[in-house]
Amino acid sequence: MAESIRITTPFTEEMSRKLKAGDSVLITGTIISARDAAHKAMTEALARGEKLPVDWKDQIVYYLGPTPAKPGDPIGSCGPTTSGRMDAYTPTMLDQGIKGMVGKGSRTPEVVEAMKKNGATYFAAVGGAAALIAKSVKSYKVLAYPELGPEAVAALEVVDFPAIVVIDCEGNNFYEIGQKPFRNFDMSQI
Amino acid sequence: MRELDVKVITENVAEMCKEAAYYLPDDVYRGLKRGRETEKSEVGKIVLDQIIKNAEIAKAEDRPYCQDTGMTIVFLKVGQDLHITGGDLTEAVNAGIAKGYTEGYLRKSVVGEPLFNRVNTQNNTPGVIYTEIVPGDKIDITIAPKGFGSENKSGIKMLVPADGVKGVKKAVMEIILHASMNPCPPMVVGVGIGGTMDRAALLSKKALTRSIDERNPMPEYAKLEEELLEMINSTGIGPQLGGTTSALAVNVEWGPTHIAGLPVAVTICCHAMRHAHRVL
Repeated sequence: MAESIRITTPFTEEMSRKLKAGDSVLITGTIISARDAAHKAMTEALARGEKLPVDWKDQIVYYLGPTPAKPGDPIGSCGPTTSGRMDAYTPTMLDQGIKGMVGKGSRTPEVVEAMKKNGATYFAAVGGAAALIAKSVKSYKVLAYPELGPEAVAALEVVDFPAIVVIDCEGNNFYEIGQKPFRNFDMSQI
Repeated sequence: MRELDVKVITENVAEMCKEAAYYLPDDVYRGLKRGRETEKSEVGKIVLDQIIKNAEIAKAEDRPYCQDTGMTIVFLKVGQDLHITGGDLTEAVNAGIAKGYTEGYLRKSVVGEPLFNRVNTQNNTPGVIYTEIVPGDKIDITIAPKGFGSENKSGIKMLVPADGVKGVKKAVMEIILHASMNPCPPMVVGVGIGGTMDRAALLSKKALTRSIDERNPMPEYAKLEEELLEMINSTGIGPQLGGTTSALAVNVEWGPTHIAGLPVAVTICCHAMRHAHRVL
């Protein structure tokens, strides 16, 4: 695997369009956490014609619900959650200007189409590597929906946060590319 | 008759919740290391390195291995000659869960009602508690926190006897292929065969409390475990981004069933195959 590409936030469409599925990256800057309940709340607010509590233009969203921080730590364990649960809300959120998403697992064709349209990139962090990932987070500040606890929208200052481009802006999918050489099974073998 | 105060149970459950969240069992750690040695994908190797390093950090620093510290499954085997005093057993276990998750800085991931309100109970209770009465005067406690990235990919098939071994293999593999990279592989796969629909599901959960190095004592089932593991590791799923280490083990448990039935349940566990066990 080639050396990691360093990227910094804000993450623009121009930066996003340079990345290709399979690229390994290290993210430095601010990324913003949001997961199930926050996505529901934000899309409902938009449907009511309200303004969102966070400006998502050129931001990277991290699908995350961390454990509580121990005293003296900026954050607890903080690995990615399953992105697919956000799929129903994602095209709407991408239209708000999000250019990068960090999570784990597959996305729907609708999300991939919305990514192509908006020039957005989908990154995977290693699922379950939550204590390790916490080492790259320097601060955690709740921006909105504090009542949602671990599901609150928060700004994370990160340094060299490790991730891999899984789906690029052209829709190339590294989950498919990565599995193919090692697939020697089909149901007809049973 | 031996007496045991519920406070002892609460204290032990609290400690076990933390222990399970922080320390990956040795057999699973060794399984990850073996997977790293045999993994053929270069990206897969990088992912396994991160997962192994993560286990080491969590253990050395008493930190949750994964941010999803799970819904707390508790298996209790209560000796019929043990007299539990000082309160209600179920309440004592839930008090232990609340204490452990609060003191241990674990994430509270339980909502009190699933569909209309979904309000977080703020202390990870109630746990999913299974109580069995057994001979003896001890209480045997297993705490098995279950993350939902993998739980959501679990499933059940109600086969008929004519489906046989082939049917069982197909049912398991359909669930695995549908799950693909989503449940944070390398997975550990618990399979429950027989019983009723609910019993099969429970057997698939209990299967996950067995060491990944231990095969089913009945040779036919041990062989089935090995064949399923080989198939799962040939899917290409690998450690999340493709490769040959899709699963560390398949553990099968079986139970008596009806003349008309062959239920097959599959509980998928991520690489965070966490549990703690104590006998009081």
